[in-house]
Amino acid sequence: MIKELLASHLVYWLIIILFMLGPFGIILQKNLVKKLMAMNIMQVAVIIFFLVLGQKEGATLPIEIHGLTGAANYINPLPHALMLTAIVVSLSTTGVALALLLLLQKKYGVLEEDELLRRMN
Amino acid sequence: MMEQLPALLILILLLTALASPFLSYISGRIVRWTALAAMFAAACCAIGTLIRVLAEGTWHYSFGGWEPPWGIEYVVDPLGGGMAVLIAIIGFLVLVYSGPYLKEENGLRIGTFHALYLLLATGLMGMVVTGDVFNLYVFLEISSLSAYGLIAAGGYKAVAAAFRYLLIGTVGASLYLLGIGYLYSVTGSLNMADLAQKILLIADSQAVLIAVVMIMLGMGIKMAMFPLHGWLPDSYTYAPPPAAAFISGVMTKVSAYVLFRFFFYIIGAMNGPIPGALQVLGVAACLGIILGSVMAIAQSDFRRMLAYSSVAQVSYVTLGLAIGNVYGLIGAMLHILNHAIMKSCLFLVAGGVKYKTGEHGIEKYAELYEKMPLTMGTFMIAALSMVGIPPTAGFFSKWYLALGAIDKGMWVFVVVIAVSSLLNAVYFFRVIEQVYMRRSKKPEDTGKSAWKISAELPLTMLLPILVLGVSIVVFGVFNEQIVTNILQYALPGGGF
Repeated sequence: MIKELLASHLVYWLIIILFMLGPFGIILQKNLVKKLMAMNIMQVAVIIFFLVLGQKEGATLPIEIHGLTGAANYINPLPHALMLTAIVVSLSTTGVALALLLLLQKKYGVLEEDELLRRMN
Repeated sequence: MMEQLPALLILILLLTALASPFLSYISGRIVRWTALAAMFAAACCAIGTLIRVLAEGTWHYSFGGWEPPWGIEYVVDPLGGGMAVLIAIIGFLVLVYSGPYLKEENGLRIGTFHALYLLLATGLMGMVVTGDVFNLYVFLEISSLSAYGLIAAGGYKAVAAAFRYLLIGTVGASLYLLGIGYLYSVTGSLNMADLAQKILLIADSQAVLIAVVMIMLGMGIKMAMFPLHGWLPDSYTYAPPPAAAFISGVMTKVSAYVLFRFFFYIIGAMNGPIPGALQVLGVAACLGIILGSVMAIAQSDFRRMLAYSSVAQVSYVTLGLAIGNVYGLIGAMLHILNHAIMKSCLFLVAGGVKYKTGEHGIEKYAELYEKMPLTMGTFMIAALSMVGIPPTAGFFSKWYLALGAIDKGMWVFVVVIAVSSLLNAVYFFRVIEQVYMRRSKKPEDTGKSAWKISAELPLTMLLPILVLGVSIVVFGVFNEQIVTNILQYALPGGGF
């Protein structure tokens, strides 16, 4: 029962909650590193959403096994391939963001947003 | 060679971008010349592509022998080709201009600047030629990431602005990706042409509705549509002038192009949730035009004023989409072209003044016409064009928008266009007054008669400003030729 519920609706609700944690954290957290982590959580939610699209009940890896024919027996590999790219994108975004934060930390010595704004002006 | 032009467009820029940091270890001069050569080559490729597309129709270019619905293909139609030409030419001019700014930098910084700049151009170029929605996301992120880097090069305030832009921009990109996910889950395709066919049958389903909302929000953030424009003023104000000119000129327009592509080509303006989405776009555009202009009046920093005016001007493009008839769409496309030229020109002028006097405040512009007559003359043309005075280019895009709105009986839009022209006049005439009327408080210079071109600005900075200034008038006078020869083929359905 719980499995069907999970497969039909619940998993998408979980993804939406995970996704909304992102904007929520970006808006409410005062610390810039926490904002960045919220952004990462949001990207992970999108990745999971795509992976769920590729999932199939009772199917196996998309590598041809002898004697096993028909598309129903293999999961869809495309979302996984797409998400590899998305993971790389998310990695590089995080890298750029951390580099920017390093600069700010070196100059102002603080990453709390209100304090930072006060010291900037 | 000719057969491979769409791929070369991307490859030349991408490979030069990757080589730049390494070349900078040899010499900064080599980096600069290769970057200029690459940008010029890309511009030639773009023009060649556009000419062929106009002669023979849409150009499909698939990679590695994979047929379209499975493999990634580049599709260049007159709309995408025109955008590619615009990006390449603005990119080249601004790159020429950036020379004097980088003189004092050391080699590695010159290398990274050019690498980021060329990557930004690669990303934008890729977005307009690709025929695959996920490939578009990748190019979107390439352009965004390099834009964050370029903006952050303008000092510590710019770093904070770039970080904010990064957070908000990533939310936008994630929303777009989620939108694609919904479309993929109901159609099983990522190819634009394939999507367009499969969506027709299910345009009224909830998945398409959610996808449209997500894509509109995501691209709305990227193009600074009115309530989502918070990242823009700081980023444009603190970015280094060459970066600001390129980013403000083309980047938001490319996101507007993506909305255009999705709404009018992939899903279709009459299908499913699009009419509703266009209504929302129209309301957001009206608010953006009025409030952006009002905020621009309130600014005392010239660059910040230009940034808020960008919010208003991008909204004209969405207004054109919201009007949605032939005139409205032509107005939108013409405004993409005109505004890219005008706003790049104005940011270049702002950078030139900063280079010459070190000042950004509008009150510091007093009597600049004596020191920089050519630059200020160009500024005058660009400002009049922003206000929309014939025969400058800005008048004609507003004219088409107004015609479209009258045709469809959308009188609110007509009023908004008229009012915003007045508001534009208020904030630009304020600067023009400073430049030409106001006496500066300092005593008169003695060497007033000894004005020389070389004393105004370095030639590499002056030339791009003048070229853009002249092209504003030229595009204004010859707007009809542009519309009949290029833009009308770019309409969905291919002309009237």
